[in-house]
Amino acid sequence: MAIITYREALNQALREEMRRDPRVFLMGEEVGLYQGAYKVSQGLLEEFGPKRIIDTPISEAGFTGVGIGAAMVGLRPIVEMMTFNFALVAVDQIVNQAAKILYMSGGQYNVPMVIRGPGGPAHQLAAQHSQSMESYFYHVPGLKIVRPGTPKDAKGLLKSAIRDDDPVIFIESELLYGTKGEVPDGEYTIPLGVADIKREGRDVTIVAYSTMLLLALQAAEELEKEGIFAEVVDPRTLRPLDTELIIGSIKKTNRAVVMESGAGFGGIGTVIGEIISEQAFDYLDAPVERVTGANAPTPYAKNLERAKVPSKERVVAAVKKVLAI
Amino acid sequence: MQKLEHKELVDLLRQMLLMRRFEEKCAEMYALGKIGGFLHLYIGQEAVATGAISVLRPDDYVIASYREHGHALAKGSDPRKVMAELFGRADGLCKGKGGSMHLFDKTHHFLGGHAIVAGQIPIGTGAAFASQYEGKDQVTLCFFGDAAVNQGVFHEALNLAALWHLPIVYICENNRYGMGTAVARATSVKDLYRRAEAYGMPGEAVDGMDVLAVRECVGLAVERARRERIPSFIEAKTYRFRGHSMADPGTYRTKEEVEQEKQRDPLLLFRNHLMAEAVVKESDWKALEKEVRATVEEAVRYADASPEPPVEWLHTDVYVSER
Repeated sequence: MAIITYREALNQALREEMRRDPRVFLMGEEVGLYQGAYKVSQGLLEEFGPKRIIDTPISEAGFTGVGIGAAMVGLRPIVEMMTFNFALVAVDQIVNQAAKILYMSGGQYNVPMVIRGPGGPAHQLAAQHSQSMESYFYHVPGLKIVRPGTPKDAKGLLKSAIRDDDPVIFIESELLYGTKGEVPDGEYTIPLGVADIKREGRDVTIVAYSTMLLLALQAAEELEKEGIFAEVVDPRTLRPLDTELIIGSIKKTNRAVVMESGAGFGGIGTVIGEIISEQAFDYLDAPVERVTGANAPTPYAKNLERAKVPSKERVVAAVKKVLAI
Repeated sequence: MQKLEHKELVDLLRQMLLMRRFEEKCAEMYALGKIGGFLHLYIGQEAVATGAISVLRPDDYVIASYREHGHALAKGSDPRKVMAELFGRADGLCKGKGGSMHLFDKTHHFLGGHAIVAGQIPIGTGAAFASQYEGKDQVTLCFFGDAAVNQGVFHEALNLAALWHLPIVYICENNRYGMGTAVARATSVKDLYRRAEAYGMPGEAVDGMDVLAVRECVGLAVERARRERIPSFIEAKTYRFRGHSMADPGTYRTKEEVEQEKQRDPLLLFRNHLMAEAVVKESDWKALEKEVRATVEEAVRYADASPEPPVEWLHTDVYVSER
């Protein structure tokens, strides 16, 4: 198995899928000549040419709509948001059109497209460039939402997203692009809607995805020194959500901490916490604890930004709280 | 453009008549409570969809706004399935899930009615993009109202279409009111076709009450798109005789204005023209009326007989795997 970065893993997925299927193309700001604002599309213009690696004007609603129309008539577009914060400009196209067309047309037209790019708080980017966008979209039936946390998952899930027949919101992370991990040699995919146990444990389940996954794993390591064995579950796909695996883990550990980098109010963690309470209430030895981003925009100042997002210390404290230590 | 054969002229007349009688029946059915929701009638604008769509091949694409019954019928949709959709029935075009504002018909390359003003413009542009990408010579007609030109996506889509040489014709049906707001109160430059200049795209105005004029103008633009990959913007100047929707009494315009516009009823203008040219006789017109009324009655019968969609359908078609 090769050890590569998250960025390279995404690049490999794009390259392999474009080689496999001529209907797949990539469209977005700076994806071609500049090779991607975060270099995810490095080298793709050279291999596939400007017909399939398409630089767009700064025009998110416009080119997202173009992707929808192209998908309706048989292509498989990948639309890149330079950062997912900009997807808000295209929300009408994503929510009112992409997510609804299959339903409104009574199943006649589907929209097989991927809308991808980085999201989440990162590197002092402040309020408008530093939001976790998954909660904005997870409310919408018709969208699938993926948030990979490792290079292996990033590659396998992106390949599945590209082959999926529905619109997929695929949110990467600026903070993860440079992280490294083992990626299997040869062709593989990871199905959407299948969670993964990233670390086995028996005392508490920590549900965490994307950048929060790394924090959860660090916290688990620290807890182990105190004899507490945390199981870390990575949903990977938020919609569809693998509730079975999450609930199975809770039944084993009887305690749950749910993490997310976005604001906790109305967030993904609220939903996962609620599902755990509904489906595993009898197995819980303590109320579900959530570790979330603060209910404030992301500030610029380094110390304030640090306070905005969950920390390892907060995860450790949450685990101890559900263990009543 | 070539002179039309007798049959083609009669087909245009039949098409406009079908739209008119179909929608008059829709109004009746709405009053009876058989059709719910919003119902935006196309009455007065029939010459635009009829003339424009008449130049297309069956594999060309059409996309429209929420006032799209006429476009669906002109593209070939079965009137029975359209009516059943308006009735919210299982045999409707979209299984009763779309309704008046969301008619889609994949077999006829109709990409749907879209109910967010201008929301369909980039999507139609995407269909044209796909034709370009796959090296096919299909053309897309993208219909919208006058109010849509003030939305951001209108600008974004036309910029992309011109930049990428996409085979699309944008047809703005200027019926002079965006809901209750007159064009002059909403749009800084009243000649909407001039917007095309901003994108280096041919822009033209046409009398939207004259089906042959629309046909000719759109025909040239479609050929330009098909052969030369030059997108166009056409402003069809028309008028809607009814309110914005069935819920709108239309008090923002005077009776005199509406009466005056009705003098230019596109259906009657065309019928009179064909009679003056001796293409159709009074007896032909009566026969057409009879035929069209029978089609509409049959559509209502079919819709009435169709069952309500089963409740399980609430959860189907959300995702392809659950189709």
